[in-house]
Amino acid sequence: MTQSVVVQGVYDDALSSFFRNVDSRKSDGGACGFGGRIQHLKARAVLVDMEEGVVNEILQGPLSEVFDSTQLLTDVSGSGNNWAVGHMSYGSVYREQIVDKLRKAAEHCDCLQCFFLIHSMGGGTGSGLGTRVLSLLEEEFPEVCRIVTSVYPSPEDDVITSPYNSVLAMKELSEHADCVIPVENQSLVDIVNKIKHMSDGGKPGLTIRKDSSIISGQGGLRGAEKPFDAMNNIVANLLLNITSSARFEGSLNMDLNEIAMNLVPFPRLHYLVPSLTPLYTLADVSVPTRRLDQMFSDAFSKDHQLLRANPKHSLYLACALMVRGNVQVSDLRRNIERLRPSLPFVSWNQEGWKTGLCSVPPVGHSHSLLALANNTCVKSTFLDLKERFTKLYRKKAHLHHYLHVEGMEQSCFSEAITSLSSLIEEYHHLDATKGKLIPDAPRLSIAR
Amino acid sequence: MSVVTVQLGQCGNQVGHELFDVVCGDAHDGQRRSYCSVSRERFFHQTERGDLVARAVLIDMEPKVIKHSMNKAANSGRWTYGDDAHFSQKQGSGNNWANGFCVHGPRHEAALEELVRRQVERCDRLSGLMAMMSVAGGTGSGVGTYVTQCLRDTFPKSFIVNQLTWPYGTGEVIVQNYNSVLTLAHLYGLSDAILVHENDTVHGICARLLNLKHISFGDVNRVIAHQLGAVLQPALTTDSHGLYSRNPLGELASALVCHPEYKLLSMSTVPQMPSASIAYSTFSWPGPLRHLRQMLVSNSKMEEGIDWQVRLPAASERSRSLTGGGRGGGRGGGGAAAAAIFNRSLANLLILRGKDVYSAETGGFEDPALFTSWLSPRDAFSLWKSPVPFNKYEKSATLVSNSQALLRPLDDMVRKAWNMFASRAYIHQYVKFGISEEDFLDSFTSLEQVISSYSQLS
Repeated sequence: MTQSVVVQGVYDDALSSFFRNVDSRKSDGGACGFGGRIQHLKARAVLVDMEEGVVNEILQGPLSEVFDSTQLLTDVSGSGNNWAVGHMSYGSVYREQIVDKLRKAAEHCDCLQCFFLIHSMGGGTGSGLGTRVLSLLEEEFPEVCRIVTSVYPSPEDDVITSPYNSVLAMKELSEHADCVIPVENQSLVDIVNKIKHMSDGGKPGLTIRKDSSIISGQGGLRGAEKPFDAMNNIVANLLLNITSSARFEGSLNMDLNEIAMNLVPFPRLHYLVPSLTPLYTLADVSVPTRRLDQMFSDAFSKDHQLLRANPKHSLYLACALMVRGNVQVSDLRRNIERLRPSLPFVSWNQEGWKTGLCSVPPVGHSHSLLALANNTCVKSTFLDLKERFTKLYRKKAHLHHYLHVEGMEQSCFSEAITSLSSLIEEYHHLDATKGKLIPDAPRLSIAR
Repeated sequence: MSVVTVQLGQCGNQVGHELFDVVCGDAHDGQRRSYCSVSRERFFHQTERGDLVARAVLIDMEPKVIKHSMNKAANSGRWTYGDDAHFSQKQGSGNNWANGFCVHGPRHEAALEELVRRQVERCDRLSGLMAMMSVAGGTGSGVGTYVTQCLRDTFPKSFIVNQLTWPYGTGEVIVQNYNSVLTLAHLYGLSDAILVHENDTVHGICARLLNLKHISFGDVNRVIAHQLGAVLQPALTTDSHGLYSRNPLGELASALVCHPEYKLLSMSTVPQMPSASIAYSTFSWPGPLRHLRQMLVSNSKMEEGIDWQVRLPAASERSRSLTGGGRGGGRGGGGAAAAAIFNRSLANLLILRGKDVYSAETGGFEDPALFTSWLSPRDAFSLWKSPVPFNKYEKSATLVSNSQALLRPLDDMVRKAWNMFASRAYIHQYVKFGISEEDFLDSFTSLEQVISSYSQLS
């Protein structure tokens, strides 16, 4: 795969959104512009981990060429699943280096549109140092959109302190992120199992087309081999779909800054529930239109969400549909008309749809759909988190590990839980309007 | 005399491309020489080698659409866009009117003005400028409004017409109603005439008249381009004395916009049929003209499902309505009129193209009952003709109306925007770029005034 890319490939706009093209033979640092042949692709990325294991593995794998040492920041001892260690200790120690690496990466861009921050909430580094990086991004690049993909811990999570880490991180996300796309491990596990079930002959007569499933890593450098690979592929596909319209052409483009603009009606209510379809393509499906309509229905089914909340019983504040492939505006309109009656929207946004049509489908599919919903159902995820946090906090379990860290105080905890509570309250307040018949606001009257 | 088209944002650039395609093709098919040369002069600049270069400026804040349009034109082999006629940036306006109007517009003002100036200077005589844009997004609407303002300042004596595409009611962009309200309120003070196409209406035409099963934006854009072409291609007007009019935009504006409070123009074209059927269709004028008239009266947007029950008021009722109230008018203030019985017009322009235009009977359109009492029907009704068939249709009739037809869609747009504004949703996104709540209120006030004016036509 790498081979054929070097021989035939042209470095175009789509590639340049995520990669630089570097000719190391050149003396001036080697940056190559568009349209030329691909020499060496370097990811526009900064990798941060306070342990070395994962990063080392990447550097020894097929993507080793794509990252160089200037993009990495590692340490050896890890954060011990302690948000305070990540945020306060490492945050201070590595502040300069982090800012430096970010600046360098930004300088290589002609036009920096957005930062994607990818981390988990339950641990110490991703959660603690990750949110520190988020506030640094806001400080250093206030104009650039910050989209955060956060992996939320499941209730059965084996990290005992994950509720503390998650709630402490939530305050940061509410304050410093433009959009957060929460993803739950449990949902990813469920999707993986569902696909495996289908592949293993779940329903007689229905086989999945080879390499078409969302977990297969189809189009990537290698298939899904390790346990988390399958789950991670799903999130990778999510990010590919969000950026597809920014990379490829289509009849109705949807940029990344349009996502924040349309889906965030109030600054703190920026948590977006993602659904992806199709999860796989059946080998012998014959009816294109039905398959297309099924795709839209699936996007609103719980099975396809990457978060376990139930949107149909809550209120939609806004919804975005990003369609890829050979889908026309009439298909989009037909399906919106069909689905609208069953989806409760907030009174001031009854027709609140943001739509995008990108001509290029994902590898291995003829079309795909990503739905991002700003729906009050995220409240349940947050309530869960709050409950788990309170269970620990009441007994002051493990608190001393945090309070020992310099810069960390009890007030950090109380502020964090207050922030979460008031966020839940904001969603609750909107929920209360559900089902009520809200009359039109009285219009301005014009003197005649 | 030439028209310079300014294509703004994705919609403006996509529709603009289709328009140039239509007019180029129309003036190509072995048509009469004078028609062709007037049409070509109007829309294209001819190089020494005889290549046609569109008199257009392409503006967008992200590069993909312009690139696509320019390539498509170049590949057509019949016309191209100028190499030096486009402007794009790397990052769009994010569907944010404030970003377009307050940031991108001013930032690039000099470059954009230069591009327009270059096109204008290539015209022997400038007939006017047409800005094409959507009202739902960020660039077409925001940058488009700013550019219109600049055009007004730079060319104070020229006619400036805005062609606006209104989005689907069920949403393409969540903040589309905000962007639309801000755009319309500002354009009202800048534009000479505002030609409106609604995606919902055009979609309906594609589905029910053109029988398209799978409708793409390309299909929608081609219908809009067909209608615009039918208006802007050469025609013989009352002022042109036997020659094709040299001043299409000016004559359009003076025929239809008699009062600055009334600038919204809608259009209908008959017939519209699947392209495969066109060659086999032949008909005489009375049928289509009758349909077009009833479409106007009943405010039907297309030549199907016309409501023939809607009638003009009888003479006795008419005099009652002259004193205010009564049928056909309505109460204003605080919203649209309660179900106006029929669609009252301020002014109408009928354009006939094709065979036997001189024998077409158009008296029905001069009926005083159609119009308000301010103008005599002779002043309120204008007729343009061209004996040359347009875009493969042996005969076609287009009606451009200044009437209550857009009242309902406008009121819906303002109502939805106002409901959203009442909860202050998304306002922080606009404030961030320099549009305040006061600015919103000013725009709402302007549009309520427009709604009130149109509601009370009698």
